[in-house]
Amino acid sequence: MASMRDIKRRIKSVNSTQQITKAMNLVASSKLTRARNRLLDTRPFFNETRSVIAELINSSGSISNPFLEKRDVKNCIVILITGDRGLCGGYNVNISKLAMNYAEKGKAKAVTIGSKGRDYLKRRNVEIIKSFTGISENPKYSDAQEISKLVIDMFTKGETDEVYIAYTEFKSTISHEPKLVKLLPADADDFKTEKDKDGVSALTIYEPSEEAVLEYVIPKYVNTVIFGAMVESAVCELGARMTAMDSATDNAADMIDTLNLLYNRARQGAITQEITEIVSGSGIYD
Amino acid sequence: MIMANKIRLRIVTPSKMLCDKEAEMVIMRTTSGDTGILPNHQPLTTTLDYGILRIFNDGKEQAVAAFGGFAQVSPECITILSDAAEWPEEIDVDRAKHSKERAEKRIASTDSSIDILRAELSLRRALIRIEAYDKYRH
Repeated sequence: MASMRDIKRRIKSVNSTQQITKAMNLVASSKLTRARNRLLDTRPFFNETRSVIAELINSSGSISNPFLEKRDVKNCIVILITGDRGLCGGYNVNISKLAMNYAEKGKAKAVTIGSKGRDYLKRRNVEIIKSFTGISENPKYSDAQEISKLVIDMFTKGETDEVYIAYTEFKSTISHEPKLVKLLPADADDFKTEKDKDGVSALTIYEPSEEAVLEYVIPKYVNTVIFGAMVESAVCELGARMTAMDSATDNAADMIDTLNLLYNRARQGAITQEITEIVSGSGIYD
Repeated sequence: MIMANKIRLRIVTPSKMLCDKEAEMVIMRTTSGDTGILPNHQPLTTTLDYGILRIFNDGKEQAVAAFGGFAQVSPECITILSDAAEWPEEIDVDRAKHSKERAEKRIASTDSSIDILRAELSLRRALIRIEAYDKYRH
């Protein structure tokens, strides 16, 4: 049996770990509230952009635009969004795995956001075109613009024929889903299903022209999708960290209970032994 | 048909919903020039330039500095999706003046490595911010 001193030392170390995980849990949960509000604030912009494109495509029928045209896929890119830091359960690994599966199949190159995803793909020999770090916790629209400019340029130059984005979708604080979504070329049928609310779109004027508006709006749409995915992933990372730290704190408490039990048993054992020694030493039973 | 004399105006930016209210008239800077929108306008979708967007309501005039994006107009509602839009009160005018100076210096310099187009855009943004701040702040 471990000595009393060893057990005491363990208890102390588990206790200090528990304090850290507790603090991390609290930090993550307060950040999560803020990040969730941000997520709600970004949704209207995304929905509106989408509905403009839907209306354009629905009203024009056969509009041609390089961003809508499917090509033979020779090269493709996957944008992977992860966090910069660990201690958040399976968050980073789950999404990296999904992106890796895809990258392996299609021999895709990668653009990564967050150091965890970069390291994961690098270790598995996926070519990384560019990696962004330090932006995943608090994504800005300008960051998303930079990334989307990068992929749109490559797409228009013909260096890539398809662009996918791998991000984590936020369902609730405890439920997140890794997702892989096609970004480019945009699928016209995807928008066609959305019903046009007003039914007046046939009369709509487009200035300067339908093509010009579409050409302007689609890159904007790619921007917003990337931005939305970044914000959503940030929320998931915090949610995942909160749950992971919560269960770590619980586990630490359980461990301390068990160790306390062991410690008391050892203490009692020592006392009993001491009494036995004293009694036998006194010669009372002789 | 009853003609409404007000139109709903919504200005949405990626980070927040800047404004959602009624207006009698809205003048916006589109890529093909200033366009005034009155209630019951024909549906219109247009791209926006950098500029000041003016909102008229109850005899008062308000302004928003808007930087690019596009507008979707229906008879009852104008939806403006802008990459960045600010009320004059929110504008950091010192920063705008600073970036104006920097951009002017860049344009004036003969160094060929400088991206003139970018400097010009930044100068235009700064000028619009300063104008909105000076003219329309309450």
